[in-house]
Amino acid sequence: MSLPSTRNDSFHAGPGFQEALYRWVSDWGELVVDAMLTLGDMAIFAGKMFLWLFTALPRKGTILPNFYHVGVLSLPVVALTGTFIGMVLANQSYTQFRDLGLESRMGGVINYSLVRELGPVLAATMLAGRVGSAMAAVLGTMRVTEQIDALISMGADPIHYLVVPRFLACILLIPALTIMADFMGIVGGYFYAVVMLGLDHYQYLNNSRNFVSGWDFFAGIFKSFFFGGIIAVVSCYRGFNCQAGAEGVGRAATAAFVFSFVLILGIDLMLNIFLESVFRTFWPHGGSKLI
Amino acid sequence: MSADAAQNSMDPTGLANQVRPRIELRDMTLKFAKQTILNHINLTIPSGQTVVIIGESGCGKTMLLKSIVGLVAPTSGQVIYDGQDIGRMNDVEMTGLRRKFGFVFQNAALFDSMTIGSNVAFPLVQHNIAKGRQLERMVSERLAEVGLPENVSFKRPAELSGGMRKRVGIARALILNPELMLYDEPTTGLDPIMSDVINELMLRTRRDPSVTSLIITHDMRTARKVADRVVMLYPFARLKKGENQIIYDGPPAGLDSSDDRRVRQFVEGEAGERLMELRRKEFDGFHETPMLADKYSS
Ligand SMILES: Nc1ncnc2c1ncn2[C@@H]1O[C@H](COP(=O)(O)OP(=O)(O)OP(=O)(O)O)[C@@H](O)[C@H]1O
Ligand SMILES: [Mg+2]
Repeated sequence: MSLPSTRNDSFHAGPGFQEALYRWVSDWGELVVDAMLTLGDMAIFAGKMFLWLFTALPRKGTILPNFYHVGVLSLPVVALTGTFIGMVLANQSYTQFRDLGLESRMGGVINYSLVRELGPVLAATMLAGRVGSAMAAVLGTMRVTEQIDALISMGADPIHYLVVPRFLACILLIPALTIMADFMGIVGGYFYAVVMLGLDHYQYLNNSRNFVSGWDFFAGIFKSFFFGGIIAVVSCYRGFNCQAGAEGVGRAATAAFVFSFVLILGIDLMLNIFLESVFRTFWPHGGSKLI
Repeated sequence: MSADAAQNSMDPTGLANQVRPRIELRDMTLKFAKQTILNHINLTIPSGQTVVIIGESGCGKTMLLKSIVGLVAPTSGQVIYDGQDIGRMNDVEMTGLRRKFGFVFQNAALFDSMTIGSNVAFPLVQHNIAKGRQLERMVSERLAEVGLPENVSFKRPAELSGGMRKRVGIARALILNPELMLYDEPTTGLDPIMSDVINELMLRTRRDPSVTSLIITHDMRTARKVADRVVMLYPFARLKKGENQIIYDGPPAGLDSSDDRRVRQFVEGEAGERLMELRRKEFDGFHETPMLADKYSS
């Protein structure tokens, strides 16, 4: 007699379960809707920025300080991390390549990964961490202390005045930072492989030359423009939409970094796929360089 | 002018009928999320009038001022400036209009990254009005007007005291000789002498008949000294149903003899009844506060 009732209970799964299910669905739904709204908002923000970029010259006196901050001040840290990445790469690949008897091929692998992936992504990460979160914090503070309102009330457009110069600084200077990271990575990798591990100097460089082409270098630089754009748009957007208070500013800075980093990696993958297919279209037999 | 606006503004000075209105708020409502800040505000301000807005902290005075310059968009209703609906203006028209406004922010809102001099000069540079020596002269004139020595112009906002920053904000707002001045608590945080310097300054700008001023203040001395007309806002959350949110609109002299007890108490700064109300709330719990009750009942 008691059996049907228990079955019944578990079948209808009780109000608690149902509620939990509803909550689960609605929480996820809210998350998705929020994310979509943010993306849409950000797209509008970027659209306004491009409109200003192409219709008006940037305001005098806003360009140089931003270029200095983004470019000059980021150079040392990008150079330093680039060197270490090159060395770590050499250090990590050496054991495996030696076991396979392929030490002579290390130059190609190290430099190829540096120029294609690690250089651009590393430069972008450093920029997002160093400059992106600072931008979000500065603009967030300006929002919270009504400085953005003050700009508007005096007839200046905050996107023109604050975002355009930051965007220009990011996309024009990130290629330079990428080249720096590439270069220092190559130097670091060479130093570790040839000087510390004693690999053959000629083999290392010759192998690099055979494996790494101008196209790879171009692909890395090409991607970096997108990374720079993402950092500027995301960070400025986060700053502009900052919540009141010191906590809001802190959250905007963190969110700027996390959000741009995730976007950078996502776009990186998509651009790799895109560049690969472009390469195949123009050089159907181009893969031969890898043999 | 719409009939209800005329009826609600109850302008006893009769100025509204003689001079064309500079600003008209028509049935303006402002909400943040579900919280109503301003409810169906109708206000007509004729050109040349100096209006002081009073009301307790948090009742929406700043939001009222910000909606006039288009910094916040009303949820419903219109803001009409010189016969034009600013909600329908495009960016270019709005920029042109804002050139005629001077806004003194409650916390000065100076640009941290610029010197005091560049802060004050900002509107001149933005609208390409002056350069070089002339610009410097105009800036130091304005700084002198608000009682600041010339050498502050090389300092940064962070190096000044709160009251000094406030005065820089006033200098910056005045530099284009705007036809509409909006002051958000211009004398808060200033010593009595400096307050009076600012009061005098506001009186002086008022002498130009084309300048319309809106002044938010908690300082009754300022209100009595500079106002043609005083408007008192009451927090929407504590308003009785169907009541107008503007509980006083008239000359400053009429404040003490107002029929509304809330007005007289506010002017005299007497906590009496409000204190009782707050105490009662402690006993009755949060359901007394409509805002909280709203939030927790749903
Ligand atoms: N960005 C915002 N989001 C949500 N609510 C807000 C926001 N800004 C202001 N408010 C609310 O609007 C109300 C009115 O704010 P407002 O700044 O206009 O007050 P006020 O009358 O100027 O007060 P005070 O005299 O203290 O300056 C407050 O209750 C505040 O909580
Ligand atoms: Mg205020």
